[in-house]
Amino acid sequence: MMNKCLYGGGFLLTCVLALSPPAAAEQGARLLATGGTSSLEGSGGGGIVPWATLSSYAGEDQFGATVNLSEVSVDDFRLSVQGASLSWNNRIELSYAEQTFDLSTIGGELSQRIIGAKVRLAGNLIYGDLPQISLGLQHKKNNDYELPAAVGSKDDNGTDWYVSAAKAWLDGPFHRTWVANLTLRSSKANQLGLLGFGGDKEDSREWLAEASVAAFINRYWAVGVEYRQKPDNLSFAEEQDWKDLFVAYFPNKHVSVVGAYTDLGSIAGLNDQTGWYLSVQAAF
Amino acid sequence: MKIVLLLAALLFAPLSFAQSLYQQLGEQQGIETIVEEMLYQVGGDERIAHHFDGVDIMRVHKLISEQVCDLSGGPCDYSGEDMKTSHRNMGVDNADFNALVEHLIAAMEKEDVPVSAQNQLLGLLAPMHGDIVEE
Ligand code: HEM
Repeated sequence: MMNKCLYGGGFLLTCVLALSPPAAAEQGARLLATGGTSSLEGSGGGGIVPWATLSSYAGEDQFGATVNLSEVSVDDFRLSVQGASLSWNNRIELSYAEQTFDLSTIGGELSQRIIGAKVRLAGNLIYGDLPQISLGLQHKKNNDYELPAAVGSKDDNGTDWYVSAAKAWLDGPFHRTWVANLTLRSSKANQLGLLGFGGDKEDSREWLAEASVAAFINRYWAVGVEYRQKPDNLSFAEEQDWKDLFVAYFPNKHVSVVGAYTDLGSIAGLNDQTGWYLSVQAAF
Repeated sequence: MKIVLLLAALLFAPLSFAQSLYQQLGEQQGIETIVEEMLYQVGGDERIAHHFDGVDIMRVHKLISEQVCDLSGGPCDYSGEDMKTSHRNMGVDNADFNALVEHLIAAMEKEDVPVSAQNQLLGLLAPMHGDIVEE
């Protein structure tokens, strides 16, 4: 290493390469927060919307993994999610999630499993003119189908397809870093699929728009909003669009925490379901 | 809604409209310190240090400082090669580029450069990605 000290003189930098401390830098090939968080359906994203970004910080030729726990508590319901994902090469993401939906007021419980896959087709979240564009699917299967069948749903499983585009502006409005994601989803899922797929009122696929916008206050904290269109397939109760207002914290590349105020509209005939969302993710 | 707007206004409040980017980076002295700190960290990062084996670091320090001074509106004229030429055949990939950006951010944090100024500089450098990264 002594050869690094040959150049110039009388200046700290001359011996920089020889004397530098061992990598204090973060591991992971991508910038902080570019792995996003885990969505309710297990895919990397915001809270309720899957994003074009791939979870974890894995870059070229690397594997990354995440595990997450999320909890949504609104007036008459409670949704608990356990999920995990595996990503490779910043190209492919596989995910798994188990959702348990506690019908606190009505009594009883619904649950389903979701297997997801996502492929980055083009672009990069941060660099270049193209947004990052990904194609994904979520295959969902109900564990208990009695109630969904009783309220008119047609199937106990279904597959959502989506295409997402995400872009970050390092120096956006107010000289803050902004991220926006737009997702178009083709789905028949009632209330994420917890109430089955298709229904007596409508039994065909529908294109639904979902969007998220976030601003980073500094390197670690972001605030944002999300909106998600929902189908309305069951005649027994109207299903409404979802929205949330969130705060996300990325202290380092291994942990992220998201808290949100959510408005899930009317669920199973019970109106104005608003409440809290909390999600914790660990990334490796 | 009013509360949300007020909250947003408070969160975005620490903006410095009056100062130029060059001033916010601490002018010549501040920029040289930031670039020095960045290169110091780069040297200790095994992911990318090898790119700098046998490189005249003093010269690179002078040129990057000059470039940042120039870009940020300071009284300098960048005298080095263009980014494509100077990084040709180096095999810099996305991960290398991100690593250097992380060290630049860490250096600016260390020098207490406000987030708004950090973002302005990053916004000026990010478009060079296409010329520097070869894939
Ligand atoms: C925004 C990012 C970057 C900027 C603004 C930048 C800027 C510069 C400048 C101004 C020079 C001197 C040009 C000249 O010789 O005339 C230089 C040289 C160099 N850069 Fe970069 N660079 C960036 C990214 C990188 C990255 C990611 C690496 C590798 C990890 C890298 C490795 C080098 C090396 C090794 C040299 C010395 C070349 C030589 O003297 O033979 N640079 N850079």
